[in-house]
Amino acid sequence: MTEEKKTATTELEENEAPAVHEPKPLKEPIVRIVKREDMKFAQRIAVRLTGIVLALLVSAIVIYAITKYNPITVYETMISGAFGTRTRIWSTVKEMLMLTCIAVGLAPAFRMRFWNIGAEGQVLVGGIVTAGCMIYLKDLPSPVLFAVMFCASMLAGALWAFLPALFKAKWNTNETLFTLMMNYVAIQLTSFAVAKWENPFGSNTVGVINQNTRAGWFPTVLGTQYFLNVVLVLLLTVFMFVYLRYTKHGYEIAVVGESENTARYAGINVGAVIIRTLLLSGAVCGLAGCIAVSGASHTISTSTAGGRGFTAIIVAWLAKFNTFTMLLISLLLAFLDSGAGEIASKCKLNDYASQMIIGIILFFILGSEFFINYRLIFRKSGKEAA
Amino acid sequence: MQGFVTLIQAAVFFGTVIMFGCIGEIIAEKAGNLNLGVPGIMYLGGIASLAAVFIYEGSTENPSKAVCVLIALVSAFCASALGGLIYAFLTITLRANQNVTGLTLTIFGSGVANFFGGSLNTLAGRFEQIAVPVTSSAFRTTITPLADLGIVGKLFFSYGFMVYLAILCAIIVHRFLMHTRAGLNLRTVGENPQAADAAGINVTKNKYLAICIGAGISGFGGVYYVMDYIKGTWANDGSIEKLGWLAVALVIFATWKSINAIWGAYLFGILYWMYMYIPGLTRSSQEIFKMLPYVVTIIVLVVSSMKNSREKQPPASLGLAYFREER
Repeated sequence: MTEEKKTATTELEENEAPAVHEPKPLKEPIVRIVKREDMKFAQRIAVRLTGIVLALLVSAIVIYAITKYNPITVYETMISGAFGTRTRIWSTVKEMLMLTCIAVGLAPAFRMRFWNIGAEGQVLVGGIVTAGCMIYLKDLPSPVLFAVMFCASMLAGALWAFLPALFKAKWNTNETLFTLMMNYVAIQLTSFAVAKWENPFGSNTVGVINQNTRAGWFPTVLGTQYFLNVVLVLLLTVFMFVYLRYTKHGYEIAVVGESENTARYAGINVGAVIIRTLLLSGAVCGLAGCIAVSGASHTISTSTAGGRGFTAIIVAWLAKFNTFTMLLISLLLAFLDSGAGEIASKCKLNDYASQMIIGIILFFILGSEFFINYRLIFRKSGKEAA
Repeated sequence: MQGFVTLIQAAVFFGTVIMFGCIGEIIAEKAGNLNLGVPGIMYLGGIASLAAVFIYEGSTENPSKAVCVLIALVSAFCASALGGLIYAFLTITLRANQNVTGLTLTIFGSGVANFFGGSLNTLAGRFEQIAVPVTSSAFRTTITPLADLGIVGKLFFSYGFMVYLAILCAIIVHRFLMHTRAGLNLRTVGENPQAADAAGINVTKNKYLAICIGAGISGFGGVYYVMDYIKGTWANDGSIEKLGWLAVALVIFATWKSINAIWGAYLFGILYWMYMYIPGLTRSSQEIFKMLPYVVTIIVLVVSSMKNSREKQPPASLGLAYFREER
């Protein structure tokens, strides 16, 4: 330790020395970066669209390099893959709703700058509990069963988020790492549940639960089995938008997110806000798990969440806590997912191609944020600067 | 006794993969960057080495083992460092959020790797199972005379060279971070970039180098997994991703000291494989046992934050972007 301190002081002296003896001529850097907060709405949209278009171009080049397909054909194939038939449209919409639901759950936590990376786990425990209800309580009358399923899955998700929140509030334990670890505990718990409930025996999958009785399945309304998914997710989207923007709770969350010290000074009980917000965040993610099991797959496996918990983090962040923007970003990602899957199956390539393309597109969208938040100022000319 | 020896061997194989990932991540985190792209980077390293060697072995009549190993390591390092560079450019130059960028890198890396891993044959116009026997055997060659020393030989010398390379890496990185000027600068950047900047340390350069070199080392974990652990093939089962997250967990467990990562990695290995050696477990309770490494990590994280000892904390500005003009 003492040795390090010594090196630190000599380091300082050495670095000061040249500054004193031979001052370098001051030169303005070629590019300066300045923060900006005045960008107009239309400009923001333009920057984002440019990012997406560039990303689609790069992806087209990548796809061309691999498949030698004409890029336009590629995007035509993608569109038909995502929206070509009724089934495909619904499958894309289902995916979009799932991502939106999780992202909506994450929004309050992120607004508070609480890095809830644990959505994957919260969704899974919600899913496990739902599957459990469907298996053990299948004889209950349908409305009661649904009430139990909703409550139980929300409780499970809330519990999964409560633990990291409690330790964050009390001892400032790093929540990013804690929630990340909770994901893997949940994944193992899912494997445990799958092994316990496997059907048929030895298949290591749960199979479709209550295939004949359809107990605990979302009912088919207006000709679609996803009616309830749509209603629930849209309700949650509106609720969260209002909650974050127009309620006292939402205001407190924003203040804690901007500065914990300010919040304390204003008399906000920071610990309580953290725990309350995470209970809500976890509950919505747990409900997403319920929707995934009861409203879509009717089974439980480790791929019930399937990385959506992580993708939704990116959705929530990019949407800047605006839950309606989340719908749009989720739609883009769901489109890419099913579209790239179609290309992959046409070219007999595997469908991880979609992950690769989603990665590329997200890189560009993330990069384009920079041009919204900052302005580049170029040096005018060499002489003037000197 | 036989069971004990195989458990330790399994733990060493397992531990080496995550040790590489962990060492690389420690370097990046010490410079203040929480890179959640480790699984993606390990994927990139694994697939790059596999693809490069696959092409080399396919194009040469008598592939030389030394060249194979060299190609595998160099291509993996470059691909992983390139992945790191994407992350570094987005988070440092474009100031994107570190968590989100890291997760994107994981999505991208696993997409690229599984895509090429699954379609390398189709793309190359060959239809047999992808395999690189020469390289894999080179990676698995043991230190021959010592491996025969009975139990001692089995416990300590029955592994390929990467196992020892990982330990060496951990020691070198520890020496570098704790006992050199450059290491001190790097840690200052991670603890307090403002102070580092004021002291004339180039924050941007330090961060870039730490992330790219760290990513390169993490990538070796992928190489070891592909070449030694699964013997030069490819499996689209997402196991590298799991291992990558364990590597991130190991960073916490090792309290940001690469020297602790050595025994920590093997301990994780033992915890992970223990269920195989406990009699009377059903398949479902085995899954509960596999939670152990994660649960232990949570406990370490919680206890170290409750104790609040300065030695065991994450770098102070971990996860925060540095912008000189901002206060």
